[in-house]
Amino acid sequence: MLYRVGAFVISLVLIGLVVVLSGASPITVIGRMLSGAFGTADQIGRVVATLSPLLLCAAGLVYTFNAGLYNLGVEGQITFGAIAATLVLRLLHPEGASASLAPPPLTIALAIVAGGIGGVLWGLLAGALHVYGRISEIFAGLGLNFAATGIAIYLIFGPWKRPGVASLSGTQPFDESLWLGTFGQTEATPVALILGLIALAITIVVMRNTYFGLRLRAVGKNLRASYVLGVPARRQLLSAFFICGLFAGVAGALQVVGVFHRLIPNISSNLGFLGLLVVMLVNFDPRWILPVAFFFSALNIGSLQLPLSLGLESSLSGVIQGLLVLFALIGRGLAQRYGRKLEH
Amino acid sequence: MRTKRLKVLAVSVLLGLLASACAAPPPAAAPAQPAAPAADQTFTVGMVIVGPMNDKGWNEAHVEGTKYVMEKMPNVKFEYVDKVNPGDRPNVKGSQVADELIAKGAKVVIFNSDDFKDDALETAKKHPNIVVIHASGDYAWKEGKNYKNQPNLGNLMSKMEPGWMIAGCASALGSENGKIGTVGPLINEETRRYASAAYLGARYCWENYKKRDPKELQFKITWIGFWFNIPGVTLDPTKVADDFYNGGFDVVMSAIDTPEVAVQGKKAAEAGKAVKYHHYDYKGGCELAPDICLGVHYYNWGPGYLDIIKRAMEGTYTGTWTWAQADWKDLNNPDTSAFGYIKGKALGAENEKFLDQFIKGLGDGSIDLWKGPLNFQDGSVFLKDGEKATDQQIWYLPQLLEGMEGPSK
Repeated sequence: MLYRVGAFVISLVLIGLVVVLSGASPITVIGRMLSGAFGTADQIGRVVATLSPLLLCAAGLVYTFNAGLYNLGVEGQITFGAIAATLVLRLLHPEGASASLAPPPLTIALAIVAGGIGGVLWGLLAGALHVYGRISEIFAGLGLNFAATGIAIYLIFGPWKRPGVASLSGTQPFDESLWLGTFGQTEATPVALILGLIALAITIVVMRNTYFGLRLRAVGKNLRASYVLGVPARRQLLSAFFICGLFAGVAGALQVVGVFHRLIPNISSNLGFLGLLVVMLVNFDPRWILPVAFFFSALNIGSLQLPLSLGLESSLSGVIQGLLVLFALIGRGLAQRYGRKLEH
Repeated sequence: MRTKRLKVLAVSVLLGLLASACAAPPPAAAPAQPAAPAADQTFTVGMVIVGPMNDKGWNEAHVEGTKYVMEKMPNVKFEYVDKVNPGDRPNVKGSQVADELIAKGAKVVIFNSDDFKDDALETAKKHPNIVVIHASGDYAWKEGKNYKNQPNLGNLMSKMEPGWMIAGCASALGSENGKIGTVGPLINEETRRYASAAYLGARYCWENYKKRDPKELQFKITWIGFWFNIPGVTLDPTKVADDFYNGGFDVVMSAIDTPEVAVQGKKAAEAGKAVKYHHYDYKGGCELAPDICLGVHYYNWGPGYLDIIKRAMEGTYTGTWTWAQADWKDLNNPDTSAFGYIKGKALGAENEKFLDQFIKGLGDGSIDLWKGPLNFQDGSVFLKDGEKATDQQIWYLPQLLEGMEGPSK
């Protein structure tokens, strides 16, 4: 405990130092970022709109982390989910058509399902490369991230480009009937939030109360031992990729139907990487995901105030997030290493 | 084992985050303050800027325009957010930035890129009492193809086509071998008509002043995919410019927002290559490499913005589509001309005379290059013999013109 608190305090001091070095007062920065995240209904809406896919990604990553896998491919799984969702939207509501072939709510639902399937495909691909090809899941995932982004760029530039335009700013926006409904005029969509919360709730139950969760942790703790004891390790690993891909793909679909209303090259908005940080910070324990993900979403949205009111670079918020996670990991490492020695 | 992997992973993720933070350009200057506004009279205008506000190009030209407004009207204050694009600011949308600016008291919001057309419309619908200006679009053009009846949404664009003709002319005059390369942004109606205007100017001057055969003129454009470099996403404009300079093109024109063409041209010239460049967007463009600069056609947004903001303050602005004209009597007049042209050192005295003649001809209408016979790139007829293009035909140009190299769509 001492090490963790100490590490947290050091990270705060360092963050303060970075802020001071960039020419601002830490108190002002915190104040502005808070007011930038919660000052208006629009801002709260954006925080919630960011929180929803982040919850999905973080929940998915709990499975892979607990299985001892570092699923850096989560970004690609979001992107491929978004591509699959866009494909379904384009098939059911061809460009220029006045109405969808199916009722809009059904079209949106199918797009979200397609997003999940797309994410699963991309997740299983990374899983297969890892399990059967003996390729580190980190490199398989990173490679597949590039591939997914490449496919998105190709589609945006090629077959799905806006009429007469070849620009990386994205495809033609979908008809407003295919946008997910929002809370008032904000960008937060109840459907996305509910899906995020359901994914998280399921994850908490599965990890704590099921045999599946237990076996997953066993595989994560010691792959060989669990195999010897009769746990079907390969199946567990692939299941983890399956579930993480599913959640990330749904998150990608929600980015399309709920946030951007079109496919853009960076459709994942780096939320997958943010999810990795969240899950590492909570030590893979899903019960703490909601508050931490909420905090990171607020930091993400509030950081727009840095250039807006303080003339600071908004990537400073990335440094803040990074330092928090780095020191949380160092604190945990020290606690594991020296905490035990003290016990002895 | 797990702890070790975790550390490796954590360190690599963090290095990545820190690197992205360090690699970012220096923070944009704090918003300029008006001279001495009375607190209760301050009128705030927000500007959503697609690229870096100190890019020596398109974005900086807009910022210059806002400075002009603040000089003329000290009670106007601008709030800016720059680099609003998914590469630089993931998870940030133009409409979201506009909401923030409006929350900070902006009564007028300006979006400075064609790519914001959806965001501008969304913002105008959401905030009917705010004047929303989309610089470069056509949603407010009643006679246009994409008219949206949204009274608080207006468009402002300089009629830069003649500027591009002058640029093309200067490039042809400056070229010895007739190989002119253009580093283009993305393909849309705006960039097609600009590139085509440059080609028309180049061909006219190559033929009429240089007395050379138009067949000897090679006019090639390479599109990078966006207004500026997004690493890993667009083509790298540094490399595209280098390819031109190394591939025997002795003049390279920039049509993107950022100064790679000038920077690489300078390096090529220092390495002994006889190359020149033509800049775009920003008045100070020739200062990047004065000895090899042929000229720069730049935007002068100040007067257009001043007029709109005045009317917005009076409460009389309704969304109009403004295609602001140059002042041909005094092209570089900061108060009256929507664009200007500055000749570069590399043009030479004799060519300057030709260019002046050309500019005079464009101004008095004796030279009209949007006139048939003109064919599209695929050989189909654009304008029949003697036919003059309408504003709609120019604005919505569907293809590049015959004789140009590079994709049209």
